[in-house]
Amino acid sequence: MTRKRKRLYVLLLCALGLGGATALTLTAFQDNLVFFRSPSDITREAPPPERAFRLGGLVEQGSLQRTSVEGRPLVRFTVTDGAAKVPVAFGGVLPDLFREGQGVVTLGKLGRDGVFQASEVLARHDETYMPPEVADALKRSGHWNPAQGPAPAAAEWNTLNPARPGSGG
Amino acid sequence: MNTAPAPALRPASSLHRFANPGRFLRLSGRVLPWLAAAALLVLGVGLPWGLWFSPPDWQQGETVRILYIHVPMAWLAMGGYAGLAVASAMALVWKHPLADLAARELSPVGAAVTALCLMTGSLWGKPMWGTWWVWDARLTSVLVLFFLWLGHAALVRAFDDPERGARMGAILALVGAMNLPVVKFSVDWWNTLHQPASLTRVNAPGLHVDILYPLLVCALGFSLAFAAVVLFRVRAAVMERRIRALQMAAARRADMPAEAQPAGEPN
Repeated sequence: MTRKRKRLYVLLLCALGLGGATALTLTAFQDNLVFFRSPSDITREAPPPERAFRLGGLVEQGSLQRTSVEGRPLVRFTVTDGAAKVPVAFGGVLPDLFREGQGVVTLGKLGRDGVFQASEVLARHDETYMPPEVADALKRSGHWNPAQGPAPAAAEWNTLNPARPGSGG
Repeated sequence: MNTAPAPALRPASSLHRFANPGRFLRLSGRVLPWLAAAALLVLGVGLPWGLWFSPPDWQQGETVRILYIHVPMAWLAMGGYAGLAVASAMALVWKHPLADLAARELSPVGAAVTALCLMTGSLWGKPMWGTWWVWDARLTSVLVLFFLWLGHAALVRAFDDPERGARMGAILALVGAMNLPVVKFSVDWWNTLHQPASLTRVNAPGLHVDILYPLLVCALGFSLAFAAVVLFRVRAAVMERRIRALQMAAARRADMPAEAQPAGEPN
């Protein structure tokens, strides 16, 4: 009995120590473990030129331009987090989810002209999942414009049943 | 009186250790068919519902169906690891022989579901994100979880003395449990490419009910199947250990007369 007690206390003590160490390590890494930086971060503290980093945010509505330079496609768009925005240029294949209002993470370097030259563009998916009929119903009713940003609060639509006549019309 | 039962005491005390596993065998033998049947039944409803009859997502299209495998596998990878940590703590503190066996038999199954989680996630990531893999906090911490499962499975089996292996494995499992909150909260603590959890609150899930309900049914079905597979493996392990104990006892019995007869027949 006492030996079991003792083993339990030793185990709890080890867990406490290890947990504390992990927590301290994670707090120390808090700022370094970011996968991408937001436009606000960039304007607040401009990264050194010719240094590759990831820029993440929403594709601003109306900023998407598909052009071509010397026969190669070039996409221009603006990444925003509401407070700040950074123009991005990218020549390559965009993922399926890429659209205005979508979250993206781009890898590249900030040019001297302030345009972010991306070598890779990844789309971020948010945590909402809905059938096309529900999305259509939200768009038609003016509750949501996907180009402007994320979907409204889930409670508004997660039990929504778009009536058959509605989807037929 | 005192000298005669002394050799017989050894097998008796080791049999006493298996008194509890014996009850486990009887009980689990009765539960297992029902558990397996329930898993088949629930998956038989959930998988067709999710993979065929549920609606597509408005922007992911049919690719959203990977969710019905990926999310249950992710939950099982983490829930199973929590189970492994509990079993390891019980094995270390209370020296419960079944806890050792459960931990030993849990880890290959846990490694398999974690691998499925990573693979399905990768298959989803390529068309949706535009990449098979990124080193963000969520994906990396789940990869660490996968290596913990594999490491536990290998470490437990790496010692000649199974008890020593079980103790080492239990320590590894408990140290690795620190990774669980990191996996869970990685999407909240740091910005990641992986989306945050959709099911944070019961009353406001980020999934439409037409997608949510088949997901929950699939998760229940896979959990039942996971439990059935693990239970089956633990039963097999208990029986294996019994056979080994019987063989050892038989070998001891066979050795004894040879030692008792001093130079009977020199071979």
